[in-house]
Amino acid sequence: MSEANPAAPVVIVGAAMGGLRAAESLRRSGYTGAICVVGDELHAPYNRPPLSKEVLATEVTHDAVAFPSRAGMDDVEWMLGVRASAVDLDARTLTTDDGQVQPWRALVIATGLRARRLDFAPIAGRHVVRSLDDAMGLRAELTEGARVVVVGSGFLGCELSATASKLGCSVTIVTPSVEPMIRPLGDLVAQEMRRRLNVEGVEILSGVTVAAINGETSVESVELSDGRVIEADVVVESVGSECNIEWLEGSGLDLGDGVLADNAMRAVTTDGVARDDVYVVGDIARFPNPMFDDVPRRIEHWNIPTDTGKRAGAVLAAWLADDGSFDEVVAKPFAPMPSFWSNQFEIKLQAYGLLGLVADDDIRILEGDLTEQAAVGYFRDDRLVGVLGIGMKAALLPYRKQIAEGGS
Amino acid sequence: MIKIEVDMNQCQHYGQCVFEAPDNFKLNDDDKLEYVAEAPDSERDNIEAAVDVCPMQAIRIVE
Repeated sequence: MSEANPAAPVVIVGAAMGGLRAAESLRRSGYTGAICVVGDELHAPYNRPPLSKEVLATEVTHDAVAFPSRAGMDDVEWMLGVRASAVDLDARTLTTDDGQVQPWRALVIATGLRARRLDFAPIAGRHVVRSLDDAMGLRAELTEGARVVVVGSGFLGCELSATASKLGCSVTIVTPSVEPMIRPLGDLVAQEMRRRLNVEGVEILSGVTVAAINGETSVESVELSDGRVIEADVVVESVGSECNIEWLEGSGLDLGDGVLADNAMRAVTTDGVARDDVYVVGDIARFPNPMFDDVPRRIEHWNIPTDTGKRAGAVLAAWLADDGSFDEVVAKPFAPMPSFWSNQFEIKLQAYGLLGLVADDDIRILEGDLTEQAAVGYFRDDRLVGVLGIGMKAALLPYRKQIAEGGS
Repeated sequence: MIKIEVDMNQCQHYGQCVFEAPDNFKLNDDDKLEYVAEAPDSERDNIEAAVDVCPMQAIRIVE
């Protein structure tokens, strides 16, 4: 039963893909009332993955990555360049950094992640890549012959290395990991990725961290934990991310890792109560996915903001409609298939499921040859929970089906 | 009738669209996308879902 102020809008905090999909889903599900989207970036929602790949290699513009606008979205209010600073779940208000207090009828939390930074002096030449503005800033410095140190060897770091290398930069990856992308991919595949990146001319210094970034006003060199010093013009920090949850502190929501949600994407309080009027979508949402088990997890894959945004929008629209459909919509199965892809030089990776759930000895080659094309299976308790294609696509589809159906 | 356009310069043949709208999209044996450029209005939700899940954002509904 809806008891909120019906004159107040649904407020969506976060104007990236997850917030957009939630707004679209509210409209598609029949909600015609007011929607207000608050976002700290000045740009309308855009697609982030090309920022480390295609777009960074060519020209970085908002047009090149903007999501198309959809019917029914014309009357959505966008408050861009505004940051949420606090929320009151009892009074149903949001406070923003420009001092405004915005009442809401329902709240969607979609503030996502930000790039983690290394803790050194802020001099020119230090970059992260999370936003369009980040990518524009980095692109300007990736000139031919530039010496680039990429810190971190996850997917983002490896993609950025490949792109910078293709632009004519000399690239060194510095990473505390033993092998690149080892955490999601496992030891065997990660070793092969190192071999391929080395063949392309990317040097990988593993088992080391950054001790210092030297330079008065701009980067001159990077000092490593083993004492080595590498001359550099540009440092790209791809050392993971942090959840944008500060504005939710003290709200009573469970902020253990991101924001806890139930399978209907309703936010859960520290008392274990799911709120019908507060939803969580995207990277920041820690939610259970019955495709795998009942353990709530955050999933930082590209498809998750879309899947969770659609789910939250449909459930919230049913609650707002107050037409008796709510319980039925909540009970509908929701088990999104995590998927990601990564392009590095000619290496084309594509994956379904949760590869990171699996120990090294439960990773098996299903088809092909690791040094050429392969499909790699990730098993938990003999159940297929993830599949990785190296240069393989259609061949993955039966495995995807197997994962979706419970993996046996 | 819905008209669909795929920018084949953008398309990287990931095949995510195949799951959302299998009547219109498929991957052939060479891992290349093949698609049917028209769909009945009843398919709109599925086609929109295919647009949404394309990692390259290469699919467009021509209104």
